[in-house]
Amino acid sequence: MALLEVKNLGISFGGLRAVDEVNLSIKKGQLFGLIGPNGAGKTTIFNLLTGVYQPTDGTILLDGVSIVGKSTAEISMAGIGRTFQNIRLFKNMSVLDNVKAALHNHEKYSLLAGIMRLPLYYSKERQMNKTAREILKVFDLDKEENYLASNLPYGKQRKLEIARALATRPKLLLLDEPAAGMNPNETAELMDTIRLIRDKFDITILLIEHDMKLVSGICEQILVLNFGTELANGTPEEVLNDPAVITAYLGE
Amino acid sequence: MKKNNTNQKINHNISVKNEKVNLNAIQKEKKAEAKSAFNIKNLVILLCIIAGYFLLAYLVEYRLNRQFKSLIVPIGANIILAVSLNLVVGFLGELSLGHAGFMSIGAFTGAIFTLNMNLPGNIEFFLAIIVGGIMAAVFGFLIGIPVLRLRGDYLAIVTLAFTEIIRSIINTLSLPAGKDKAGELIVKKGAMGLSGIETYANYTWIYIAAVISIIVVVNLVNSRQGRIITSIRDNHIAAESIGIKVSRYKTMAFVIGAFFAGVAGVINGHNLSSIKPVDYDYNRSINILVFVVLGGMGSIKGSIIAATILTLLPEVLRPIRNYRMLMYAIVLIAIMLINHSTWKSRLQGNNLLSKIFKKEQVSE
Repeated sequence: MALLEVKNLGISFGGLRAVDEVNLSIKKGQLFGLIGPNGAGKTTIFNLLTGVYQPTDGTILLDGVSIVGKSTAEISMAGIGRTFQNIRLFKNMSVLDNVKAALHNHEKYSLLAGIMRLPLYYSKERQMNKTAREILKVFDLDKEENYLASNLPYGKQRKLEIARALATRPKLLLLDEPAAGMNPNETAELMDTIRLIRDKFDITILLIEHDMKLVSGICEQILVLNFGTELANGTPEEVLNDPAVITAYLGE
Repeated sequence: MKKNNTNQKINHNISVKNEKVNLNAIQKEKKAEAKSAFNIKNLVILLCIIAGYFLLAYLVEYRLNRQFKSLIVPIGANIILAVSLNLVVGFLGELSLGHAGFMSIGAFTGAIFTLNMNLPGNIEFFLAIIVGGIMAAVFGFLIGIPVLRLRGDYLAIVTLAFTEIIRSIINTLSLPAGKDKAGELIVKKGAMGLSGIETYANYTWIYIAAVISIIVVVNLVNSRQGRIITSIRDNHIAAESIGIKVSRYKTMAFVIGAFFAGVAGVINGHNLSSIKPVDYDYNRSINILVFVVLGGMGSIKGSIIAATILTLLPEVLRPIRNYRMLMYAIVLIAIMLINHSTWKSRLQGNNLLSKIFKKEQVSE
């Protein structure tokens, strides 16, 4: 059975049909690409999947359980992590604290234990530090753990955002244009990292991207959107040679 | 061949150096991550707290004149207010002008408690502090639920209105103010305020209360919950996306802030002996906000220093009479300018100062 099963998803903002009749079926461990011209509704789909918007119609099943109507926080706990198109880090917190904040649902202690500095506080904090450093190491950020997040260079901020999303231990990770603003070298490095985290953390990845090299390089299946509807769905070769897709991107 | 060798040597040297650096870093890490509450750093802090108390006792008993003695309790109360408001404004990032309202609730609850109970002095006062704080926290919870959905300017205006509502409500209430000699219950009109409150608040009480409130806020900020609160401030959309229930933690910070405002209110009432609702109007809220802004949002140390200086300042400036408040305003502006000047950053760039500041940043 598919990890994420989306059927007839649709949302209207007033008279505008932003997403219409979209179907998605992502298997466990798959690297799935979501592409389309600007304004095609890609980020809207992410916002629907994470509960930022509630769909007007359609169903979303994660592991067979419906997540429609749940809040963003509940969906995160159900196992969907995400990054944002315009980076949203906790800018005035250290790199380590950014990741530790995301661990809050896994290493818990009460308010009292925190204020009174009970032994539980120390053991949980140590565990958190250890886990957070392990995740940072994957992204080669472990040397910058005490930097403020806002002081990191752009590429590393993107990486930190992925690290933070991974710290919530998602089943499904949504990456919204992870390579935006990166140079070719950084993009190539990012491709390796994405593959690495898929294997290392054993998760499924759905990503939005404009960089065709990245998409065709790592995605196993691609869905092309145009004006909120499905244009094509298949392997990279099939999709990128589809005349309809070429027309949508380049015009007649 | 030779060149190659030297190159290798250099490489080797560099790697050795790197290793050393790494080792140092690891050792530092181990030092920083204490295993339990009983470590050297905490012991030093405890000793400092005790030494601070004796210093304060010495000053009050032998050194200070009456004018400054009478300022000890207000300074402490203002520190509690500034630190707790900083939790809401600096760490949670929500502009609240309701602190005087919570203070008022604490002051009146505490005063009614001690006027009507006949318990031994210190026990009565201790219970009054707890009851006043809890009452303020309950109100913080009740208004926090609807109000914390708002952000920024809107929240500021609603909390400002809350302060005024509390003042108006207490104005219209009839307050039980203990029993007279015949055993009859005295009922006072709210607008008249309460008087004859025992002045339990002394330097010992205020010192303990201030230290506890500082410890609670500092520990909270450096805990799991504190990280959640600051992450909401930095980006509430991202905070939701990592599974944080934003409104729950916002309410938590708000309620804790309200509790300490209530505590400060009780102490304030038992220092002045008579209180009126009009003492706790929005001017007071703004005064507390000035401590927080001037000390630096999100800086506990700054709040403590700003609350102390700005409580002392009007008294120190008393000799210049009519120009007192003018001078006060000028000093405020001057401190703000200095805080944002290159002069300050240059000062911090100097060795000694920067070392102190950096150390404290890590330990915080």
